[in-house]
Amino acid sequence: MDSKKQTARISRQTWHFAEDVRVQASAVSVGPKEGEGPLASYFDQIHDDVYVGQQTWEDAERKLMENAVTILLQKASIAEKDVDVILAGDLLNQNITTNFTAEKLAIPLMGMYGACSTSMLTLATAAALVNAGYAQKAIAACSSHNATAERQYRYPTEYGGQKPPSAQWTVTGAGAGLVGIGGEGPRITYATMGKVTDMGIKDPFDMGSAMAPAAVSTIHSHFQDTGRTPEDYDLIVTGDLAAVGYPIVKELMRAQGYAMEDMYNDCGLMIYYPEQEVFAGGSGCASSAVVTYSYIMDQLNRGLLKRVLVCATGALLSPISYQQGNSIPCIAHAVAFEGGI
Amino acid sequence: MATKTKAKPIGSMQMTKQMYQQQASKYQPKRNVMLNCFRAFWVGGTICLLGQALQNMYIHFFGFTEKTASNPTVATLIFISVLLTGLGIYDNIGQYAGAGSAVPVTGFANSIASAAIEHRSEGFVLGVGGNMFKLAGSVIVFGVVAAFLAGIIKSVLKMIF
Repeated sequence: MDSKKQTARISRQTWHFAEDVRVQASAVSVGPKEGEGPLASYFDQIHDDVYVGQQTWEDAERKLMENAVTILLQKASIAEKDVDVILAGDLLNQNITTNFTAEKLAIPLMGMYGACSTSMLTLATAAALVNAGYAQKAIAACSSHNATAERQYRYPTEYGGQKPPSAQWTVTGAGAGLVGIGGEGPRITYATMGKVTDMGIKDPFDMGSAMAPAAVSTIHSHFQDTGRTPEDYDLIVTGDLAAVGYPIVKELMRAQGYAMEDMYNDCGLMIYYPEQEVFAGGSGCASSAVVTYSYIMDQLNRGLLKRVLVCATGALLSPISYQQGNSIPCIAHAVAFEGGI
Repeated sequence: MATKTKAKPIGSMQMTKQMYQQQASKYQPKRNVMLNCFRAFWVGGTICLLGQALQNMYIHFFGFTEKTASNPTVATLIFISVLLTGLGIYDNIGQYAGAGSAVPVTGFANSIASAAIEHRSEGFVLGVGGNMFKLAGSVIVFGVVAAFLAGIIKSVLKMIF
């Protein structure tokens, strides 16, 4: 561990953070439906209005991200000027939520897009910048909003078209984490960056099947590169595979000798009760971000979980690409956390 | 063909797209077609029954004939549909009833009203005006084209026989 250069790069995909890189604080801000879900008690802020007191849904999403970052800064007792960089992304055209939020915060921005994998894409990159010394404190953040995502990818929200049971419900919320060296909070030890995987699924109402191979690819690489196995983790979560993608990942991993049974869950299944009428489960950048930056960080901080792997999954389609008959390219990025060290 | 059957790696496994899709389809939740048909039937039927009741009302109480009563009947159904869309109810009916609420005139009204509401935030001209026929536009286009073709066929048949 004496030389950073020797340990930083494990493989083409996996990074090891030799420094004491930690998630020093985290915060989430969510909408009403999420506030009725099983994880409600872990959320910092729950809005009872999907408009979050704004005129448009786009403004509402912006407010969610702003609120998440503001609460984060309060929890960490630091000011905007103490943060060197914010790495953030969302699902809207040109990452517009992120751009407006960063303008308001006046923190240097690195906007990133990885669809729903943005949560771990930004966090892994933030950890790398901090580990390498380019930033002392970095914020990773992302957001999604059910109504803005519907407009971006699907139909008007009040349109009465029937959705199939494999469809998913985009999570309304934003999550943010503060990454720095030392102090308190779970350590970020490894990150495995994903390769784009496309197994020819074309149905945008079946993201679970589309994204499952990307998750398998990244988690498999993570185990290969680190020499770890599923048993090394107390909890392994995927971002938003929901009821369709989750069993596919289980089966494909089992077939490759990595049995992920009790320790494996999916954020899209954790964030809502099945009775909440969310089809197969939650999706969106906020699915993995909200669960990671609330429940998982809390459990790591309290020592109830020791090691957690979060593999955020993203469907990199555009509305035009699927209308033109293309299949859905998918990606997954994984970050390993360790608590109590 | 060769590119279509080429196996790709998923972790340490090699799978073709077809193999994967076959495996993934096992976990696809089954749609209950019979239940869907039943729901579409009773909701669609109820909408039509309501239409018939409205038509009878216009004939008996407002002096319309069977022919002229269809205009106020359709207008009333459209009004109800747009109102329910604005109140955020119609999309729930649509999720339950499927084709039952999509096919009648109320579904058409919903597609226009929902797009108009959605794009209100982008202004009246480029937002509402430019987008309200986003979904209904193709119904109009293909409806007109189909009617045109049917009209030509009818005229040609008339000329021959």
